[in-house]
Amino acid sequence: MAVPTLGLIGAAIVAWLAIGTIGLAAQTRFGFVSRGLFPAGAVAGLVLAAGAFCAVGAPPQSAVLPLGLPDLPFHLRVDALSAFFLLLLGVAGAAVSVYSAGYFRESEGAAPGLLCFQYHAFLAAMALVLVADDAYAFMVAWEAMALASFFLVTTDHRIAEIRRAGYLYLLIAHIGAIAILLAFGTLKGGGDYTFASMRAAAPSPGWATVAFFLALAGFGAKAGLMPLHVWLPEAHPAAPSPVSALMSGVMLKTAIYGLLRVTFDLLPAQAWWWGVVALALGLASALFGVIFAAVQTDMKRLLAWSSIENIGILVAGIGLAILYKAYGKPVLAAIAMTAVLYHAFNHALFKSLLFLATGSVLHATHERSLGRLGGLAHKMPWVAALALIGVLAIAGLPPLNGFVSEWLLIQAFLFTPTLPQSFVNMLVPLAAAALVLTAALAAYVMVKFYGVIFLGRPREPGLAYAKDAGRWERAALAALALGCIVLGLAPSAVIGWLDPVNALLVGATPGPGHWLMLAPFGEERSSYAPLVVLAVVGAVVLLTIQIVHRLWHGRVRRSDPWDCGFPLQTPRMQDTAEGFGQPIRQVFEPFFRMERELPSPFDAKPRYRVRADDPWWAWIYLPIVRATEWAGRLAGRLQHGRISVYLTFSFVTLLALLAFVR
Amino acid sequence: MSALPLHAQVINLLAAILLLLAFAMLTQRRVLSLIDLFAAQGLALAVSTGIVAAYTGQAHLWWSAGITLALKVVALPWILHRLIRRLDVKWDVERLVNVPTTMLIGIVLVVFSFNLAVPISQLSGTITRATLGIAMASVMLSFLMMITRRKAIPQVIGFLSMENGLFFAATSATYGMPMVVELGIALDVLVGVLILGVFFFQIREQFDSLDLQHLEKLQEGE
Repeated sequence: MAVPTLGLIGAAIVAWLAIGTIGLAAQTRFGFVSRGLFPAGAVAGLVLAAGAFCAVGAPPQSAVLPLGLPDLPFHLRVDALSAFFLLLLGVAGAAVSVYSAGYFRESEGAAPGLLCFQYHAFLAAMALVLVADDAYAFMVAWEAMALASFFLVTTDHRIAEIRRAGYLYLLIAHIGAIAILLAFGTLKGGGDYTFASMRAAAPSPGWATVAFFLALAGFGAKAGLMPLHVWLPEAHPAAPSPVSALMSGVMLKTAIYGLLRVTFDLLPAQAWWWGVVALALGLASALFGVIFAAVQTDMKRLLAWSSIENIGILVAGIGLAILYKAYGKPVLAAIAMTAVLYHAFNHALFKSLLFLATGSVLHATHERSLGRLGGLAHKMPWVAALALIGVLAIAGLPPLNGFVSEWLLIQAFLFTPTLPQSFVNMLVPLAAAALVLTAALAAYVMVKFYGVIFLGRPREPGLAYAKDAGRWERAALAALALGCIVLGLAPSAVIGWLDPVNALLVGATPGPGHWLMLAPFGEERSSYAPLVVLAVVGAVVLLTIQIVHRLWHGRVRRSDPWDCGFPLQTPRMQDTAEGFGQPIRQVFEPFFRMERELPSPFDAKPRYRVRADDPWWAWIYLPIVRATEWAGRLAGRLQHGRISVYLTFSFVTLLALLAFVR
Repeated sequence: MSALPLHAQVINLLAAILLLLAFAMLTQRRVLSLIDLFAAQGLALAVSTGIVAAYTGQAHLWWSAGITLALKVVALPWILHRLIRRLDVKWDVERLVNVPTTMLIGIVLVVFSFNLAVPISQLSGTITRATLGIAMASVMLSFLMMITRRKAIPQVIGFLSMENGLFFAATSATYGMPMVVELGIALDVLVGVLILGVFFFQIREQFDSLDLQHLEKLQEGE
């Protein structure tokens, strides 16, 4: 063997850092930065992906870097789990880099060189998070990742809203980082801070529970798990589109990686009820996210809420895997875990694809409100066609990749009756129903997303001048779309490739796959053959075309479309984003905090305005703000401005402490 | 009762003088006399450190004694005298709490300190262990002095005298701190006084007075 996988990965990280530094040196040479450095970054991403691909099946490789504090060097290690996520990072990162080569325009936001530096530092930090093998290196890389992405989010820092979004992101990222730090401190036991000694330490069940929930909170804050999700719909739309794609597609996955690492690798055993909590939180996030995605009118915000939904699905899957593993059913746990890993990869592909597509739309039209878009399929055929693949994939339609992972997850849910606990058995059908509801609503959301942007007629006259995306952008979108198709058509191969990861996490692998058919529980129970589905779909389409051609009489008659007796039709008569989301708003009304402004019937120029806000602000965040202000006022009473009073305070404290310690 | 050796008796005498001077500073109304008392306290400290050094033969204690003499008996009083002349503040010290009350609080603090020092002295094997209570008492009294004074300069003198007490406590408990620490503290005190001198001028420029009551206006509005 002896593929130096860790060497390849390290080389890619160093290359990213070097590219970023060169970009910093060549601040204003725009052509060089965009056509030279970003493609070079994409090559480094492919190198990383290649190294990671080889590392999944190989035994773990580790290294100790002479960096960091004295006596506290950085430990690096690549095992199957980190290799899987590194592959995800390499593939998505390469595609986004290719896209960025064509995306960033001169005199837009920050200087291109600075942006190049932040972008590549972000990539390198994410890769370091994935290879870190001690808590110290992990936290350094984690914080570097948070900072780099903060600066990327606030690229357009002249806009107050974006600064606010960036601040909110940084704040919640830090709260999460504190929780992660405490989790590592809890896991440490008697040894040092390397992951190896954390694995060796056997915490008592109580401390293990504390560590798990700290990790869930910390990584959940980064991933956008409810109720720490509020930064996500603010920060993702604020960032430039390639950055949104990276944050949503890859950065959220590093949080999933961290949760998996702590839960299944560093902790020796899992309690079943952790799984129930994770399942509940995940499904709540998924349902909440998709309902909010359905009522959004900003295309990037819609995708951000959809990311919350997908993260919710992932965490629910992790919860299910914990449940199965704790009850000693490792094969079922492996199936749930396969679904999670598969879905993480899928989400990285299609969410990056869709965010990049919104970037192209944004550049062509300078518009992100769904109410002012429409009919772009004619003007931007490439983007429209490739985005259609992404939309179908995220909606979970066969034979694309989204279907595979969601199908696997549902299959895993259907086996819960074998669990020995009746309480869980009653809970799980509800959870499965919620998951199916989420999947259906996700399809609804995507119909809205695609239909309002690309179909129908242009809602604004300016849209007539929209141009299709350039070569670089098209290439990146096409690569991601191809990934969606390949992952959709060859699930058995992918799942077989995932075996080492499953073996590492849950100690078992799903049954051997068939090249044509995916049948984790045996063919008699349930199976899915994507190639057959594709063949049937293709055959039906071809057959229909043939039949229509045979039956068609061949005469063309052109006439006005059916106009309900009202010949004057304007683009404003189309269904709007608000209109399309209205039923959801109606059905799930208790979920929203709505402000509605209905026009009076006598108004000559009626306007209808509605705001659907996130109730978590009112439920959690505003009370915290009020409590903080209250405590601040209380503490403010101490301030007299009289030095002798202050001195008396410290004197009394000193006396009290002295009296206490003697 | 067995008689203590001579040097121990002298050290105890100097410790008593230190405590007496601390009480004197607590009640002294005039700024200039306060500085003289501070210099005298420094002298007592230097002499007692010197005696400990002579008896135990610890070379670095000679250094501490020398530094104390140079800094606290010569340099700082001189700087403070100059400051007062330049600032023209020779007035009598105004106080927040009247003298008898301060004295009573001071006595309570001394009792508390002695009480506190008993377990520590038993652990300590030095010849000066009996003086630990006195050292702590003088720290407390200096703190009390900082609290009860209203003007800025007496507060600074209180701060310096507190450092004296700490130094004495260190000598009596463990034959002094390591040389590096002592040098560091000495430098800190010197720099601190210089910076506070600058602050005096700034405060007076702002408020035309060194009365710290004026600083009360600086608090946030309701």
